[in-house]
Formats: sequence, C-alpha cells, structure tokens
Amino acid sequence: MEKDIREDIAWAQINKDVLKSLENPRKLYWIILFIAIAMVGVAVGCEVYQYQTGMGVANKNNSHVWGLYIATFIFWIGMSHSGTLLSAILHLMHADWRKPIYRFAEAMTTFSLMTAGLFVLVHLGRLWQVYYVMPYPSERWVWPNFQSPLVWDMFAIATYLSSSVIFLYVGMIPDLAICRDNIHSGWRKKLYTVMSLGWEGTDRQWRNFRITYLTVACFLIPLAVSVHSIVASDFAMSNMPGWHVTSFPPYFVAGALYSGCAAIITLFVILRYTFKFEEYMTLSIMRKLVRLTFAIAMVWTYLNMIEFASVWYGHDQTAKDQLIFKATGPYAPFFWAMIFFGSILPLMLAFKRFQTHLPILFVVSILLNVGMWLERWMIIAPSFAHGHYPWTWDHDQWPSFVQWGIVFGSFGWFTLLFMVFCKVFPSVSMYEVKEMVYHRTLALKGKSAAKGGH
Amino acid sequence: MSQRHLLALFNDFDGAAAAISELRATSIKGFDIDDLILKSPIEHPEVEAVLGDKPINVQWFTLIGACMGGLLAFFLVASAQANFFAQIKGGKPIVPLPPDFVLTYEMFILGGVFITVLGFLICAGLPAKRSPLYSSKVSEDQIGILVKGDESALTTLKTIFTKHRALEIQEEAGR
Repeated sequence: MEKDIREDIAWAQINKDVLKSLENPRKLYWIILFIAIAMVGVAVGCEVYQYQTGMGVANKNNSHVWGLYIATFIFWIGMSHSGTLLSAILHLMHADWRKPIYRFAEAMTTFSLMTAGLFVLVHLGRLWQVYYVMPYPSERWVWPNFQSPLVWDMFAIATYLSSSVIFLYVGMIPDLAICRDNIHSGWRKKLYTVMSLGWEGTDRQWRNFRITYLTVACFLIPLAVSVHSIVASDFAMSNMPGWHVTSFPPYFVAGALYSGCAAIITLFVILRYTFKFEEYMTLSIMRKLVRLTFAIAMVWTYLNMIEFASVWYGHDQTAKDQLIFKATGPYAPFFWAMIFFGSILPLMLAFKRFQTHLPILFVVSILLNVGMWLERWMIIAPSFAHGHYPWTWDHDQWPSFVQWGIVFGSFGWFTLLFMVFCKVFPSVSMYEVKEMVYHRTLALKGKSAAKGGH
Repeated sequence: MSQRHLLALFNDFDGAAAAISELRATSIKGFDIDDLILKSPIEHPEVEAVLGDKPINVQWFTLIGACMGGLLAFFLVASAQANFFAQIKGGKPIVPLPPDFVLTYEMFILGGVFITVLGFLICAGLPAKRSPLYSSKVSEDQIGILVKGDESALTTLKTIFTKHRALEIQEEAGR
C-alpha cells in the first residue's frame, strides 16, 4: 500500500527540501507569477476605468444590482473554508495526512478572504467612502442596522480574516525559527528573525504552543461555519424568489468546502511540481484529498436536490417559476453547466484510477471550481432577472467586460499573493512533517516489537 | 557562586529522557532541576512525563478573552440600538436578541482568538532573547537539554550527559 510519507526520511532532509523551495523553484513558478501579474494588470485597468467613469460601465442596472462582483465575492469567501477544514477540523480528528498540505491550505484561506474583501470595495464603487462599510454609530449619523445580515457579514468576515491570519502565523512560528537558523544573511534573515519571536523550541514554548493551536482551531471551526451561514443569510433572509430557502446556510457551507477542496487539489498539483515536493505531497495524500472532495461533492449535490425539491413541492409559485426560469431560460446553459461540473463530473473522482492521475485531477479540479463559480452566479443573476414583479424583469442583461475583467484579474491577484507567499514562507510545515514521520516510525517500531514478542 | 550554562545535544528523545530522569533522581549540589530546559524540533509528549507537571495557563486567557469579546460586542451593539430617540423602531424590540446573538457570537470568537494568542505569547515567554547557549541543530533533528548550575555541579552534569550518549556538550564561557 502507498504510504502518506516515507518513515525513513531524515529530519534534516525535511528542512533541506522545504528550505530549498524558498530559493530555487522550477521555471514554471516564474511563468505562473508573470501570468498572475498580467491578470492583475487587467483587473487594475478595469477598476481604474470604472472608478474614473462611474459604475455604469459595469452594466449593472436597476434590477441587476448585484452582478458578478457579489457572485465572485461569495466564491472567494467559500474558497477560504477548506483551509479551516484541513487545518482545524482534520487537526481535531488527528488525521495526520493533512500535515504536509495544511499550510498552503491555510494560506489559501487568508488570500481568498483578502481577494473576497476587494470585491466589496469594487462593488461599492465609491472607494473614497469605503469606511462607511464599518458599522459603527458616528457623528456621520450612520445608524447601522444590526439586524441586517450585511452588517453581520462585515463582523464575520473581519473576524474570520484576522483569526485566519493569526492561525496561519502562529502555526508557522516554529518553521520561521528554522528559516532563521538556516538562512544566513539578507532581508529574509531579518524577516525570519523578527517573525520567529526568538522561538527556540523549549518545552515551555511547545507546551503553550500546543494548547494555543488547539484552542484557535476549536474557535475557527464554528467561525467558518458561521461565516458562510451568514453569507447565506444575505440571501435567505430576503424575500427574493430563489433565495428564500431554509437550507441555504448548510448548502453554502457545503459549497464552500467543496470549492475549497477542489482548489486545494489544483494547488497541490502546482506546488508539488513547482517546488519539487514529490516526497511530501504524495499520491496517497492526494487520494485521501480526492475522496474527501468527492464526499463533499455528494453532500453538495444532496443539498442542491433538497433545495430544488423544497421549492418544487412548496407553495411559493414565484420561487417555482424562478427555478423553471433557471433551468429553461437564458441562463439555462450556465445552470446545466453548474449541475454537470458540480454534480456529474465529480463522480469520476470515485474511480481509483483517476484519484492519483495528476494531470486529470488538475483539469477536473479547475472545472469543479468553474461549476462552483457558476453556482454563485446562478444564485444571483437569475433571481434579479426574474424577480417578483414582471415590470422589473430583465432577461437580457449581460455583465460588461469591466465586470468580467475584474473577476478574471481576481484569480491573478489570488495567485500572485499565494505564489509570493510560497516563495517567502515555507509552504510545507516542517515541524509537523517531522512529527508525522516520528509518530509513524514509533508505530512501526511498536508493530515490529509486537511481532517479535509473538 | 557564579552559575554557568551547559547545553547537551542528543540524537533522540530516549537519550534525552534518560538523562533528565537521572538528573531528577540524582541530588546535585548547585543544580536545580526546575532550571532545566528541553529544546526540541517537535512537540515531545513522551518526555513531558519526565519533565514533571508544568502548568499551562493559556486557557484562562481564552476564557477571559472570549467572555470579554462577547460582552463588549453585546453591550456596544445594544447601547447603539438603545439610542431609540434617533431611531424609529416602529414597535419592534429596542434591543432585538436573536440578531444581537450573531454579533455577540462573532466577537466572542474574535476576543477568544486574540486573547488566546496574547496569552500564548505571555505564557511561552515570547518574544524571547536568544538563550545563553543555542544550537541550530535543535531546530533540525537534535534534542537539547539546557541546564544551569554552579561550577561545582558542572562536572557531574557533564558525566551524566556523556553517560547517556550526548552528541555534543556546549559550555558557556566563564566570566
């Protein structure tokens, strides 16, 4: 049977391999970085144009008040959930196969949240008044409606972002000390020295570290669930047809975990090749990740069916019309593409032969996320296009190139942040991989001792 | 009498644990076992028993932080809502509890996380200055035992470390 990691891998070798990733990645790294910068350039150009010309260029109108910006905002918020799944939930479940891959998943959480946050600003349009987002009563006579899920959103996302950054940083301190000890000059040395806070791996430090990491992990799980439930409440608490569904919060959480897991598969393949992490990001770990993704995909499919069934068999005719409109109207190709990419395509993940086929997984994981992005768009656009009142119907609205450009660029922005992170900070947790190797070696010794005893 | 530090490096936890056990069992004049510091590249639950019970207080910070965060959020939000002269409530509750619970819950978590990390820094003694003796091998693959003792105790300490196959013993320069 394949192993998650080799037990005979030397601890010094782990340090060496991971530290090498900070210095000389494969050429593909620079190609990805260049493409990401170009994509960000497109988004910046579109945003500057929108800022100077006005929100009209986004081609949003009176019924389509939330366009791709909010759909993509939800997509990025959702993407962030898998980091919490891998680092917190699997940590509490003692699933040690997560250890070589949780660091980059956590980084993914942080950067997706940062990307999501930008969409709020872009959507607002008036960037110079962005502080109005902060819900506090003030001399500006702003009286925040604390009963609105939009205000809850601000609280939840700010909490999630700051907690995720803290979780990522705290978990990285022992590794930063390793970097400090092994890099001998330059700005990196100074950065690692400051950030490692003088960590020396003393028993007092480890003892408190362990309990802190566990505690923050325990906080992060309900936080992650609440964040996407609150984002779901932005929709479910309104009376729009297609949104007013009780199962929306769990549906959003499942969708979030699903898109996040798919993104982890994509990044797993990229990092494994780019940073030569074949020893750590093994096919056995990929198999487990793929199985997890498959399971979550099925949960998402089930919740989708619940949503459709409760609308279909319910008494809300407008909601039923909305569902029919989605499946047969101008958005039908996107709706069925969502069903295909989100529910049909993942079925191939159930087959063993595909579970470790990296090129196929790379393509499939991207398509799964295309499906998940379409899901978010299909929540927003059809409801605005075909709402309660026929005189507000607008079936022909299509987002302008400015909206598409900014959405396109956001993927570049995320990739840029992520790739820079992986070059500056260890994307594989060295001390946790050592723990994994150590505990597996102990288990092996225990097994052979037991055999010897017989 | 002046005290000096010794750092002994071991290949594995077994050797380090055996050395600590012997140090604990032997009465060495001018050496206090509570001054012993174990340094390692990973967590060491197996050695914790040998090191003896040491308190962990981070959870108290967590409790206080979470409660303070939740209470602060509730009272800030409720006091803003209670300014009913400026807001027309139309017969609805002035301080509606269900929506306020959501914000209280979020800030409960935020307070818990922030103060837990503050507690971690305080309890772990971070940020810390570099200790008198340090080897980067400790962040790689070796286990270090840092001890402090009178000049008279150093020989015994060294003997115990050598007996348990210390790979290297570093000694702080005399003053």
